[in-house]
Amino acid sequence: MSAPLRIDKDLVAASATPLVLGILAEEETHGYAILKKITELSGGRLAWTDGMLYPLLHRLERTGQVAASWGLSETGRRRKVYAITATGRAALAERRGQWQVVSEALDRIWDGLGEIGGEPLLGGA
Amino acid sequence: MELEQEFARWREYASRQPAMAADDVAELEGHLHDQVADLAAAGLEDDEAFLIAIKRMGRVSDVSREFARVHSERLWKQLLPVAEPARAERSELTVVLALGIGAALVVRLGIALLPDEVALRLAGIGVLPFLAAYFAWKRRLRPAVVAVLAAVFVAAGLVLGLMPFDADGTTGVLAVLHAPVVLWLAVGGAYVGGEWRSQDRRMDFVRFTGEWLVYYTLIALGGGVLVGLTAGIFNAIGVDATMFLATWVVPCGAAGAVLVAAWLVEAKQAVIENIAPVLTLVFTPLTLALLLAVLGGFIARPRVLDGGRDLLVLMALILVLVLGLWLYAVSARAPERPAGFFDRLQVAMLLAAIGVDLILLVAMAARIAEFGASANKVAALGLNLVILLNLARSAWLGSRFALGRGTLAELERWQTGYLPVYGLWAAVVVCVLPPVFGFN
Repeated sequence: MSAPLRIDKDLVAASATPLVLGILAEEETHGYAILKKITELSGGRLAWTDGMLYPLLHRLERTGQVAASWGLSETGRRRKVYAITATGRAALAERRGQWQVVSEALDRIWDGLGEIGGEPLLGGA
Repeated sequence: MELEQEFARWREYASRQPAMAADDVAELEGHLHDQVADLAAAGLEDDEAFLIAIKRMGRVSDVSREFARVHSERLWKQLLPVAEPARAERSELTVVLALGIGAALVVRLGIALLPDEVALRLAGIGVLPFLAAYFAWKRRLRPAVVAVLAAVFVAAGLVLGLMPFDADGTTGVLAVLHAPVVLWLAVGGAYVGGEWRSQDRRMDFVRFTGEWLVYYTLIALGGGVLVGLTAGIFNAIGVDATMFLATWVVPCGAAGAVLVAAWLVEAKQAVIENIAPVLTLVFTPLTLALLLAVLGGFIARPRVLDGGRDLLVLMALILVLVLGLWLYAVSARAPERPAGFFDRLQVAMLLAAIGVDLILLVAMAARIAEFGASANKVAALGLNLVILLNLARSAWLGSRFALGRGTLAELERWQTGYLPVYGLWAAVVVCVLPPVFGFN
């Protein structure tokens, strides 16, 4: 088992909103399921402090990007379910565009590094 | 069994965080339950599963701090821009009392040295800098911000003190009524710690204003009763204390109370927080009834619109009341509560106010066209328009919110963004109208 790749805190924070909105764009669901999905999508490498998801969801609710309602879980507990709104979809589309720009630019850099040899840059060894 | 106790202990601890509502705690606890169930299904013991779930949840205080940033209204007073290290309360009280006495002395000095109407005109300029100074001290304002605020106060003082207002004219009265708006916004600049662009801080200032008004009114009522009793007793023993009460006790008390009320709001006496929603709940339907009655009156007797000279002024005051109620309701509203009947009632109040005002404005425009403008009419007309514009947009955003299509954040943004407009209009009334109408 290789050591898990640590992802920088700022990067986690920056990707949080598009991840959550993207997951909700597929189907409405509750917080725990969102986190499970993120773990699944990242192969467990994108580690969050679980509790921090909820303030984020509330912020999105406040700005009208998601709508929340209380439902019941399979075990009969009250559970807050989140769904994306039209505003949220628009925000997601915008974020997607931004991430694409960043990701394309980075891709070009990675390609360039590959040609001059990426290994030494990481410290040789 | 033991697991349930662990959950109960966690719940109790989380419930003590002021930024987390009961629903939030329930939501997080549900998350813990799910996580524990999953881990237990994977073969872990209950207590192990609980420990891991808690660890992944993160420190409750950290999560709570994030909640506080989202729901700043829940503890808006602790979240002011400069995180204040606990200054001893005693020293704060000393500062407040010193500033209050300073304000009272300035007012008293004004009464002793200046003609009555000039003293009255300058009363706001004498008192409010002390309030701004209190916040400047409390928020540790940057010197640049202090300089800007001082410039506003000095400029206002010069305008009010040096303009040759006619003693019997209306422009002087208008200036007395409008200058406090400009000065109050300057106090707001100090209150928000110089962060005037921040929407959240502005909303905090709106909340502060609402609560300050409630406290000030309470103090004024209590003070009024005391003054009345004192006057009665001295009267009974044959001493006329009216002069002393009117020139010393009342003005000095009114000035000092400005500071004390502000300090009470700051000191977070939780009493009022529960009153704000109740006040709006009681007065929104009553105001709606008042507006409908006025509307009925206009329709039943359209001729009153030609006769009433003061109608425009009165209507402007009613609009101020409606706007105040609306602002108070928006600022006191818990954002996580879904839109309901009461939100629709408020929109109905806004619509009624807009309707009444439109009828009146049309009638008044005709009057002004016929008899010419006066300072009074222009000031009232302008105030009507400034508030009408806000109410129209508020009604639009409010109905979107009440129907579940908009967000409270939109409403708040509109209200906080509009605040400077009041200051601008008030400044126009104070600085531009008097010279235009020859200081009459």
